[in-house]
Amino acid sequence: MIRFQDVCKSYPDGTEAVRDFTLEAPTGKTTVLVGSSGCGKTTLLRMVNRMVDPTSGAVWIDDENVADVPPVPLRRRIGYVMQNAGLLPHRKVIDNIATVPLLNGVPKAQAHARAAELMELVGLEARQANRYPDQLSGGQQQRVGVARGLAADPNILLMDEPFGAVDPLVRADLQAELLRIQRELEKTIVFVTHDIAEALALGDQIVILAKGARIAQAGTPQQVVAEPADDFVADFLGLGRGTLDLHLRETPTGTLVVDGHGRPAGRLVEPG
Amino acid sequence: MTWVLNNLELIGSRTLSHLLLAIPAIVASFVLALPLGWVANRYRWSRATLLTAAGLLYAIPSLPLFVVLPSVLGFGVRDRINVIVALTLYGLALMVRSAADALASVGMPVVLSSTALGYSAAGRFFAVELPLAGPVLLAGLRVVSVSTISLVTVSSLLGVDNLGLLFVDGFQRGIIAEVLTGIMATVALALIVDGLLVLAGRALMPWTKARR
Repeated sequence: MIRFQDVCKSYPDGTEAVRDFTLEAPTGKTTVLVGSSGCGKTTLLRMVNRMVDPTSGAVWIDDENVADVPPVPLRRRIGYVMQNAGLLPHRKVIDNIATVPLLNGVPKAQAHARAAELMELVGLEARQANRYPDQLSGGQQQRVGVARGLAADPNILLMDEPFGAVDPLVRADLQAELLRIQRELEKTIVFVTHDIAEALALGDQIVILAKGARIAQAGTPQQVVAEPADDFVADFLGLGRGTLDLHLRETPTGTLVVDGHGRPAGRLVEPG
Repeated sequence: MTWVLNNLELIGSRTLSHLLLAIPAIVASFVLALPLGWVANRYRWSRATLLTAAGLLYAIPSLPLFVVLPSVLGFGVRDRINVIVALTLYGLALMVRSAADALASVGMPVVLSSTALGYSAAGRFFAVELPLAGPVLLAGLRVVSVSTISLVTVSSLLGVDNLGLLFVDGFQRGIIAEVLTGIMATVALALIVDGLLVLAGRALMPWTKARR
């Protein structure tokens, strides 16, 4: 469990990135922080592994205040996946994945064996192990990023818009893979995105943020869509603008789900 | 050509002396430029100060420097140390800027992500920033190497043994072949060392080839 307790972050020039933020990210669940750019969501994420220290308030991992843990060992036990994967361009794929275990002093052979397992888990082919990141596609690089985040078998995985830079088809693919991996591994994930569809697809808990990391609404995907707390949330979700206001339309070939503009959003099928 | 064939031994020993002056100076300016370049990038005030100071070194006329250094350092006029120190200063003039630019060329995302992985500051410098600065460092080092190998010859005016002595001596005694040999051997040496640096770069930075 990760707990943000009355966290503030202000900078010397007076900007307040985060004001009085309190939230609990439950163990083994995915919490998605969603908001427009500049709302402070990345700042919040970086407070968990002390890339940013709060000006006041505290971040707890279970019963441990992260401020009491030296940053370097703390970061080595928290997985981190970022946009554009943030891979080390001078290291082969296998070495990128094995980075944290190697930093932790795991023998090279063992770290590489573990990295090979992870490549399989995230859907990379074994022959890609000896390539350099620049020789992979964006989607493949992102898979390497996820594998690297999982390499030290951390309880916590922080994901900062990890699928933001890949095309929509690949993104959907990566989201599905993440759901599958999460069902298997049950990590405590904090996921940052500005894409509400991604938030609804991945989150057990959705936290919609306004400027200064003010929580506009927190709840399950069902709660936020069914009962948006205010106009800001409804607007952010796209309710009232038609994109999420769906209805059914019968066609000769089956029932279509259509959005408020009359555009097809999907089709109706039997669950299962 | 006959002159060359009759004096192979002399050319060989002069080449060796030439390298013994140039290589320590190249290595020293590279090694010293790294921390200076790092400091230059670290603080706002330090970049302008250090880069300007380093650049000014290049404005010092070389011959007077070779003459003055012995009395400053306390070694004999023809001691190799004077030459190596002078060449190192000129090397630094070029290399400090290269080192600062090279370290600045490492992308912020990769620095952030390696911090997030749990590299300590020092670990990150040696495992991530230094290797990724490699291509720009190498470009700077190649300029320093060629420039140093050619500058060595100035010291031959003071009688220090190196390939430059061939054209000083050849000029004084009117032996054109000796002058030409001195010039061509200096150029050839610069090209060979440059080629070796390129090969070393490829061996040490295999990822740069993969990128293309």
